[in-house]
Amino acid sequence: MDWGYWLPVIFAGLMALSLLLYVVLDGYDLGIGLLLPLVSDEDKDRMIASIGPFWDANETWLVLGIGLLLVAFPAANAMLMASMYLPVALMLGGLILRGVSFDFRVKAKDPHKPWWNLGFTIGSLIAALSQGYMLGRYLSGFAETSAAYGFAVMTAIGLAAAYILLGSAWLILKTEGYLQQQATRWMQIALWPMGFGIFLISVVTPWMIPSIAQKWFQLPNFLLLLPLPLVSICLYFALFKILPALRKQQSIGHDRWCWLPFSAAVSLIVLAFWGLAYSVFPEIVMGKMTIWQAASDTAALKVIFYGAIVVLPVILLYTAFSYRIFRGKIGDLRYD
Amino acid sequence: MIDPLILSRIQFAANISFHILFPTISIALGWYLCFFAWRAYRTKQSVWSSLYLFWVKIFALTFALGVVSGITMSFQFGTNWPGYMQVAGNVAGPLLAYEILTAFFLEATFLGVMLFGRQRVSPRMHLIASFLVAFGTSVSAFWILSLNSWMQTPAGVVLVDGKVQVQDWFAVIFNPSMPYRLSHMLVASGLTASFLIAGISAWKLRRFQNSEVAKTGFRTAVKVAAVLIPLQIFIGDMHGLNTREHQPAKLAAIEAVWHTEKGAALTLFGLPNEETKQTDYAVTVPKLASLILTHDINGEIRGLNEFSDHPPVAKVFWSFRVMVGMGLLMLLVAWGGAWYLLKQQTIPQPVLRIFSWMTFSGWFATLAGWFVTEIGRQPWLVTGILRTADAVTKVGSHMVLSSLVMYLVLYVVLLSAYVSVVFHLAGKAGKQEV
Ligand code: HDD
Ligand code: HEM
Ligand code: HEM
Repeated sequence: MDWGYWLPVIFAGLMALSLLLYVVLDGYDLGIGLLLPLVSDEDKDRMIASIGPFWDANETWLVLGIGLLLVAFPAANAMLMASMYLPVALMLGGLILRGVSFDFRVKAKDPHKPWWNLGFTIGSLIAALSQGYMLGRYLSGFAETSAAYGFAVMTAIGLAAAYILLGSAWLILKTEGYLQQQATRWMQIALWPMGFGIFLISVVTPWMIPSIAQKWFQLPNFLLLLPLPLVSICLYFALFKILPALRKQQSIGHDRWCWLPFSAAVSLIVLAFWGLAYSVFPEIVMGKMTIWQAASDTAALKVIFYGAIVVLPVILLYTAFSYRIFRGKIGDLRYD
Repeated sequence: MIDPLILSRIQFAANISFHILFPTISIALGWYLCFFAWRAYRTKQSVWSSLYLFWVKIFALTFALGVVSGITMSFQFGTNWPGYMQVAGNVAGPLLAYEILTAFFLEATFLGVMLFGRQRVSPRMHLIASFLVAFGTSVSAFWILSLNSWMQTPAGVVLVDGKVQVQDWFAVIFNPSMPYRLSHMLVASGLTASFLIAGISAWKLRRFQNSEVAKTGFRTAVKVAAVLIPLQIFIGDMHGLNTREHQPAKLAAIEAVWHTEKGAALTLFGLPNEETKQTDYAVTVPKLASLILTHDINGEIRGLNEFSDHPPVAKVFWSFRVMVGMGLLMLLVAWGGAWYLLKQQTIPQPVLRIFSWMTFSGWFATLAGWFVTEIGRQPWLVTGILRTADAVTKVGSHMVLSSLVMYLVLYVVLLSAYVSVVFHLAGKAGKQEV
């Protein structure tokens, strides 16, 4: 096997996988941060309880994704971090704020609680928007035109909407009663901006970047890729139909399909991500660097590779174990 | 505009200094919690489970702060020190990757089970989860300190075209200063957590005399501290000998030895002056430096004059004295407390007050120790291989400045909130316990 060729491909795959897991997993808890101001204090506690056992491990996927970028593609990491210095710093500020507010809010003096709630929401918002903004900047290859900046603003909103979608779908899965019905409505609303975001990316990127257009609109690739947008569109229409029906069911106490919205939301994200990954690969900084140009030495990658194939399955296993322990509807957030 | 090198250094130092405050507590507090949970499980006495329930809240808070500030750390290498991975990536990459894979996921996942799973898993499984969290934090310390020690005392590599290539992983991981640094740091963590527990318990005891929980916590923590502090001083001494061998310029700065001499005096205090190359207002003890560092009254100590590159003297000199001063103070206080516990059974109020003043003393010693280590390595980032100045980012000063200001504001707010919430929780728990 030609390690020099395959290792960068494998690591690009691992990095993409951890970033995808990050977007889905931290996506739902960031979404909950964004939705928090909409509900009563009691429901705030329930919403936060639903993410309590998970948020820390969720963020660790970001650490792994960025860690892999750093250790496997240091040249790309240096270039990307320099081009996105401020949004990265802002995102980190946001993540710090929300991560600690989450914990402080139940421990601080009662009068301070609303402030920590606010910190949680603002931190989540800053993190979501800067991530979306970075996605836009990245896809446009850091073009310095106003159209490119406008595009980044739109992707920022689109990603925040995607997180709201995931967050409300998570609530439908984990809660019951009035909160669940509210979440179903939020999800319905979030479908619009998120759909618009995905649409925008799918139209604008091939239009801005000829190499992406070429990749997509070439036969036979085009036919092979066609299912991607088609399935997404079907999922969209299905959700528009299902969600109101679901709400009717919930109001009469039927909750058998509560897993459906979350699965649909995750599928949408996975499809969109797949499309993006296809557009970008094998480049790692658009128009500037391929994964092979950016990769670390084969020797170092091999050392990490052996560790990763042993450890990653174990991580997935105990992550699944933890989700099993906390399956079902949430109770109260309690340490005892 | 200010030099980006200076700003990047200040920012890195601020971020890691903020970060390390929390790991220092969570590593050892995790083990304390295991111990409390195990005692509760075996003895079925409510005092142990109350201790567990109180300290697990503080642990959760500490852990959250450690995690979010740690995420910042993992971006720092790319944002501020791009040259670092280019030169040392073949060592740093795998070590950082192994830390993430073997430690971060483990602690983060089982933290959820530990904090929220008591009603959902068996007591045995809960104990295992607590153990895995504590274990994860220690594994994390192992990898990151291995990397940091390698940067201090590189081994097992050759330089090819200006890039580090690994020849022997065992030599890289267990490089010459690694065993000392790891054990010194783990014991530092033990001391920090012990003084935290003893300090908060003492604070509670002064308000709520009958709190059994506070008494038990106090007793446990003081005993642990009394055992750990001499051990720490011993390891610190060994660490210094190791530094003399591998980083003589750092050692000369620590002791402010300007010229190589035999039978060197130990400078207790003074103001090192880089211009005149002497220490003003020095208070010295003849021959003691040679005795401590070479274990021989007339042993030779190499002075700063032998090194064309040496670290800033005053900062290293003073940080070292803060750390050792704290260590001696801890010795006095911990042994004093232990003496009262053994002989008198009750603790007088003034002693309790001293302990509550010492609540965060571990932080000061730990930070000072890291300042000695890190500033003492300058101007090198990786000793003899890469200079700090050659690794710095090309990002403009104004950007680094704006991110720095944001971090500093956040850190001041969060640190004050942390300290006040810890005392708030202690007050609340105290009221319930009596
Ligand atoms: C002696 C120990 C020690 C030292 C020197 C460092 N850390 Fe740390 N770090 C820990 C000990 C630790 C820990 C005990 O494992 C933490 C802290 C509290 C915690 O909750 O886990 C942690 C958390 C933590 C996290 C979050 C992990 C998670 O998501 O669970 C990251 C990304 C880092 N660290 C990264 C770093 C980097 C890049 C460092 C160096 C430059 C660094 N840490 C120094
Ligand atoms: C956790 C405790 C640590 C503390 C408190 C700490 C503190 C510091 C301080 C104060 C400096 C600035 C020195 C100066 O510029 O004069 C510094 C530099 C540095 N440290 Fe650490 N450090 C710690 C751990 C680490 C670890 C574990 C690593 C790497 C694995 C590391 C890597 C660096 C690097 C790359 C620099 C260079 C930047 C600079 O010179 O400022 N440090 N550190
Ligand atoms: C009182 C006797 C002590 C001595 C003689 C001593 C000695 C040393 C020395 C020589 C170093 C620098 C090593 C180097 O980089 O070359 C160091 C670093 C350090 N010290 Fe101490 N120390 C003492 C007490 C303490 C205490 C009480 C604490 C904390 C509670 C502490 C925490 C640290 C830390 C965190 C570092 C940086 C990490 C490391 O290099 O291990 N020390 N110590």
